Amino acid sequence: MRIIVAIKQVPETSKVKMDPETGTMQRAGLEAIINPLDLYAIETALRLKQAAGGLVTVLTMGPPKAESALREAVAMGCDDAVLLSDRRFGGADTWATAYTLAQAVRRMGDFDLIVCGERATDGDTGQVGPSLAAFLDLPLATYASKAEWMADGRLRVERLEEDGRQVLALPVPALITVVKEIASPRLPTLRGMKTAKALQIPVWGPEEIEADPGRIGLKGSPTRVVKIESPKLTRAAEMLPVGTQQELDDALARTCQFLRQIGIEPKNGGAA
Amino acid sequence: MDFSLTSTQTSIQQMVRAFAAREVKPTAAVTDETCAFPRDNVQKMQRYGLMGMNVPTEFGGAGADDISYAIAVEELSKVCATTGVILSAHNSLFCDPLLKFGTPAQQEKYLIPAANGKTLGAFALTEPNAGTDAASQVTRARKVDGGYRLNGSKIFITNAGEADVYVVFAMTDPSKGTRGISAFILEKGWEGFSFGRVEEKMGIHGSSTRELIFQDVFIPQENLLGEEGKGFKIAMVTLDGGRIGIAAQAVGIAQGALDETIAYIKQREQFNQPISKFQAVQFTIADMQTQTSAARLLTYQAADAKTRGLPYSNLAAMAKLFASETAGFVTNKAVQLHGGYGYTREYPVERMMRDAKITEIYEGTSEVQRMVISSHAIG
Repeated sequence: MRIIVAIKQVPETSKVKMDPETGTMQRAGLEAIINPLDLYAIETALRLKQAAGGLVTVLTMGPPKAESALREAVAMGCDDAVLLSDRRFGGADTWATAYTLAQAVRRMGDFDLIVCGERATDGDTGQVGPSLAAFLDLPLATYASKAEWMADGRLRVERLEEDGRQVLALPVPALITVVKEIASPRLPTLRGMKTAKALQIPVWGPEEIEADPGRIGLKGSPTRVVKIESPKLTRAAEMLPVGTQQELDDALARTCQFLRQIGIEPKNGGAA
Repeated sequence: MDFSLTSTQTSIQQMVRAFAAREVKPTAAVTDETCAFPRDNVQKMQRYGLMGMNVPTEFGGAGADDISYAIAVEELSKVCATTGVILSAHNSLFCDPLLKFGTPAQQEKYLIPAANGKTLGAFALTEPNAGTDAASQVTRARKVDGGYRLNGSKIFITNAGEADVYVVFAMTDPSKGTRGISAFILEKGWEGFSFGRVEEKMGIHGSSTRELIFQDVFIPQENLLGEEGKGFKIAMVTLDGGRIGIAAQAVGIAQGALDETIAYIKQREQFNQPISKFQAVQFTIADMQTQTSAARLLTYQAADAKTRGLPYSNLAAMAKLFASETAGFVTNKAVQLHGGYGYTREYPVERMMRDAKITEIYEGTSEVQRMVISSHAIG
């Protein structure tokens, strides 16, 4: 049994600040962490491994420092790791990323399951998991809130939907993306940290995964980001004293006037 | 000289801090209130590799250094001093002497399971009339065919009853004083080995503190730890290491109380402003912070010397003395800055103040530490 978990290293988003001038994220000094939603994917893979044995391989594409995310995943209990890192991978959108990951998975050989997080907390698209399934032509279950092996070797998956649950039996190999409800992620253990520190992590570039140079990185990305900006929110409050009857009447008149200004007609003409 | 933690030490700190916040803190008040041994925490510490964490990997441990171990005890004690001392007693007082003085067979049988966290260990030296004067032991091990017969009792033993394995000290030759003391490894459940009264204590309520009773307990020869007559030395060397654990526990209690207090003074308002705006409060925080940081540095220095194989007996005594008195000072001020609320069980600082006191007493009182330190200083 082999399970692959595809993860992403992201900036610690709870501390992200946007540069108001350029509309881009201020990345300097930000700690890089495993995408918090990917921790649930790792936990799911580890539990499935505990249930039926096998190996869990963790895979990521990113700059060389993304290796620390892989080591953390190994410290949690994953068995080995592969880093996809090369300048030519840089600037990839979700399409090029999914293609690159798919090529890496092909290079890895046989596997039973790929587990992804719901989405990354930085890009927030939720597209890479499903796209990876498409590139590899795998059965796909998104938003899984439960996953367990069935006696016949298929994977029973419960999908969380807005008004209920859908239960699927997936033939493997397959790909699932998981939501927070699936399991609470474990912490790294001391022994895991020791294993992680000693582990040799192979770094693959476009050649190792036989990637088409025109389909990776910025070159292979049809998406163009035109502009990113944070919406400006301003609030101006006007205080209306209502100590006397006159003041109350004036306040009502002013409120009705304001409502008409923004296109709302007070129902009874504003009478108190 | 480098005062920054290594990347491994930092990772261990982050891991144990997250573990303590998620797994230990939520039950700390209940553990205190019910005086129940937190078996769940012990099992979780095993799962995360903390039990026996500083035992080398070839003996089943996690192979962490002594600073990492001090950090772990500190982080646990920040939220629950009981859990901190369970780990400290198991690692410093059971695993350590087995590692240093055990035969390969003893290590195979007793150290590896303890370092894996499959068994819990304890250390039994103190007797009703042999506290600081550890040499006046009356527990007696008489040589018999194939081993020894043990009679007597021990009191105030941490992890007693809960632990599976015990390092026990006894007189093998009363005519020789301290050179007549020997160390033995005992298993819970042996015939004649039972547990007496459970102490009702001021603090560390969840830690099991009990009497051990030995009635004609047969100890096979292979369970003699170290040589016959070398028990006192084993006890003293073991306690040197234990003091690093207790110093770390005291630093943790102090830091925990300081963290609680800083959060409290920022939200507590009097005279239309948070009390953190008052200089008397600010200066108290400054003193609490300074002493806690100084205690931590002494503790890490002693731990570092131990890892490097340098003499650390004096450093450990200074760390334990200063850290435990700091824990007393800081928790007292923490209660004071919380005012009336601090005296209630609604806030954790009153528990921390009760827990702090024991650090000035066990594994050598502050007075014993002063004896050790002055003998190093004066000669």
